[in-house]
Amino acid sequence: MLVEFGSFSLALALAFSLLQAMLSATARVRRSTTLAAAGEGAAVAAFLGVAGAFAVLIHAFVVSDFSVANVAANSHTEKPLLYKVAGAWGSHEGSILLWCLALTGYGAAAALLSRSLPRGLRALMVATQGVLGAIFLAYTLFASNPLVRLVDPPVEGRSLNPLLQDPALAVHPPFLYAGYVGMSVVFSLAVAALIEGRVDAAWARWVRPWALAAWSLLTVGIMLGSFWAYYELGWGGWWFWDPVENASFMPWLVAAALLHSAIVTEKRGALAGWTVFLAIAAFAFSMLGAFLVRSGVLTSVHAFALDPQRGVLLLIILGVTAGAGFSLFAWRAPALSPGGVFAPVSRESALVLNNILLAAATASVLLGTLYPLIREALTGEAISVGPPYFNLTFTPLMAALVLLLPAGPLLAWKRGDAMGASQRLWVAAALAVAAGLGAYALVSPRKALAAAGVALAAWLIGGAIAEIFERIRAFRVPGAESWRRLARLPRGAWGMTLAHLGLGVFVLGAFVETGWKQEVAETLPLGGSVDVGGYHLALEGIASVEGANYDAERARIAVTRAGAAVCQAEPERRTYFAGGQTTSEVALCYRGANHLYVVLGERRDAAAGSVWLVRAYWNPFATLLFFGPLVMAAGGVVSLSDRRLRLGVAARRREANPQEQPA
Amino acid sequence: MKLRAQLAALAAVFCMAAASDPAERLPDPGQEARARAIFAQVRCLVCQNESIDDSEAGLAHDLRQVVRGQVRAGRSDSEIKVYLVDRYGEFVLLRPAFSLGNAALWLSPLLVAALGAALLFGRLRNRAPEQELDADEAARVRTFQDEDL
Repeated sequence: MLVEFGSFSLALALAFSLLQAMLSATARVRRSTTLAAAGEGAAVAAFLGVAGAFAVLIHAFVVSDFSVANVAANSHTEKPLLYKVAGAWGSHEGSILLWCLALTGYGAAAALLSRSLPRGLRALMVATQGVLGAIFLAYTLFASNPLVRLVDPPVEGRSLNPLLQDPALAVHPPFLYAGYVGMSVVFSLAVAALIEGRVDAAWARWVRPWALAAWSLLTVGIMLGSFWAYYELGWGGWWFWDPVENASFMPWLVAAALLHSAIVTEKRGALAGWTVFLAIAAFAFSMLGAFLVRSGVLTSVHAFALDPQRGVLLLIILGVTAGAGFSLFAWRAPALSPGGVFAPVSRESALVLNNILLAAATASVLLGTLYPLIREALTGEAISVGPPYFNLTFTPLMAALVLLLPAGPLLAWKRGDAMGASQRLWVAAALAVAAGLGAYALVSPRKALAAAGVALAAWLIGGAIAEIFERIRAFRVPGAESWRRLARLPRGAWGMTLAHLGLGVFVLGAFVETGWKQEVAETLPLGGSVDVGGYHLALEGIASVEGANYDAERARIAVTRAGAAVCQAEPERRTYFAGGQTTSEVALCYRGANHLYVVLGERRDAAAGSVWLVRAYWNPFATLLFFGPLVMAAGGVVSLSDRRLRLGVAARRREANPQEQPA
Repeated sequence: MKLRAQLAALAAVFCMAAASDPAERLPDPGQEARARAIFAQVRCLVCQNESIDDSEAGLAHDLRQVVRGQVRAGRSDSEIKVYLVDRYGEFVLLRPAFSLGNAALWLSPLLVAALGAALLFGRLRNRAPEQELDADEAARVRTFQDEDL
């Protein structure tokens, strides 16, 4: 009965979304505040409807109601509670429902939090959000309903893919989807502004909080996914340029470009067309991501829950939605004002360069992901595009971006002073060169590329600090005055500094880990040992472990360094009852920012006794790979908390002070 | 010098790994290092986007044996790749060839960057430069900036 209530609730949500679109659009045409308020009410009701259906689905998973097809296919009575709850979004149907929950949630939030927007713009935004909600809810209800009943319910469920049975499943998809779908508000604002025919500084200021929130959530979501792959796959790697990873990375790159171009539009009224284009592209790439992951059009290590027929439907949704957005852009954008002028050396030029490089990097990821499909469709020849391609295209583009980055914030708007900026950056440059040379000379084995990466990271971190020093006039005014300035720095400035620092931290981790990681693999008998990264690993024992829904062999490996005990690594090799699949549980031993990563492989029985394949990796600075993105996301959140960005402030400030000073 | 080269080769083996089974390994560490470098660029044909360096699949094992055999026989990296492509097609290489058919793949990022640069250049050229501030105005702007911060 509850399950039918869930389906009904979902149908109601679809009806409310349609109503939301119609009421709000009519409100714009008739300029009726009553209809607009009704449209906003419908947005909230649609969200409540999806939330009801979602709660019902989670309940069905928790109580193992195998009369629901989705629960029977993806759950099991012996599965721990956490994975029962998280299993609700572990399948195609469930994850699309999560998408709808986020979409209607953002729709309701956008309706409730946009009181300060001009009425017409706001009504059109709510209407667009309603159309998006209706499209995805219709897809869910008619092609992918997770609440469909089985005529003949099984006694036991088929359980969830063991690779997915991990605490990360509880947090990675919600963050990722909250990030993806957050771009829908940005998309709706862009569509609304194009219809209204006005894209100005105020519009850019309204877009920024949504873009910041979505980008920050997406950053955390991608980082969590990367960390998950790092410890779950047991290959010691953290980014595989897998199509599914690329699918989440493209909207991130576009959103990063949008955040920067929106600053130009907000402060200088320039690049309005390009900013709108990016706003539409960000959500188009989010939908492309959903399509790539959920259609199974690309084979990948994430290829669970594939379904080509639904893939076609998703492709149609993607084509229609993105096509409509871009067509509207092509039709209305030429009328937008080009905005203020700027000199070749200026903050505007720096931000445009940032956008050019991010766009080129996005093109590299997009082509690398889709080209095999396109070429095979056109010529029938199959090719592979793997990590070597991205290392040759994406990495140099990002290196160029990182080289230019510290200069940008130090240049003035309109006309910057290249000499002045370089004078303020010489300390950072000296630091970078020293760090690079030091890393090259002192760390063995010698790695020129990794040392260059260390220099880049030092340049970024030094540049971010130099920028803060410049703002507080450190060493040029008395210390007390600098402190006063530091305390008065706007949150937006701190947010930018944090985000750039986080990128520096990530770059440091990426190059050091890739360049200097060490790896060993040996078959060890009990009492056998192997050395890696200066650590001594001795296999002391193997125990059989019974988990809730698996059997496992757990190794006890004593890790010592120069005779002193360091940690006890206990990697497992699990065999799941349902399906008989084996997975490895990596043991991670944290040594400062470095990881000792131990994997237990298969057991081999020989005449002389059993031996176990043990693989161990020494991953220096690996923590930074995940800490850096967290700092970047924190930067986004701090920036979001800036008083000047709060929704509603923009309009009031604009009225009071039309000639705003650049920050 | 020779000792250093050997040490470097040995270090390379440790760094790049011995992810695969010790039972498969070549006795010469230098050759093994070369084989591993090639593995990272060869696709496990039946797997989902994995290199034969990572994959535990049987076919990946066979391909590793093929590559190790060729390395041992003294063939060069490019000879080994040509051999693999002849047998399994271009699909087997994770780095697509620089060929006419792949021109769009390799050149698109550059074209996007070039197009962006051209647009930026056009925009910068087509505008008359604005008037410079005189010394007095510049000083006033500086005081404003100091205050606003």
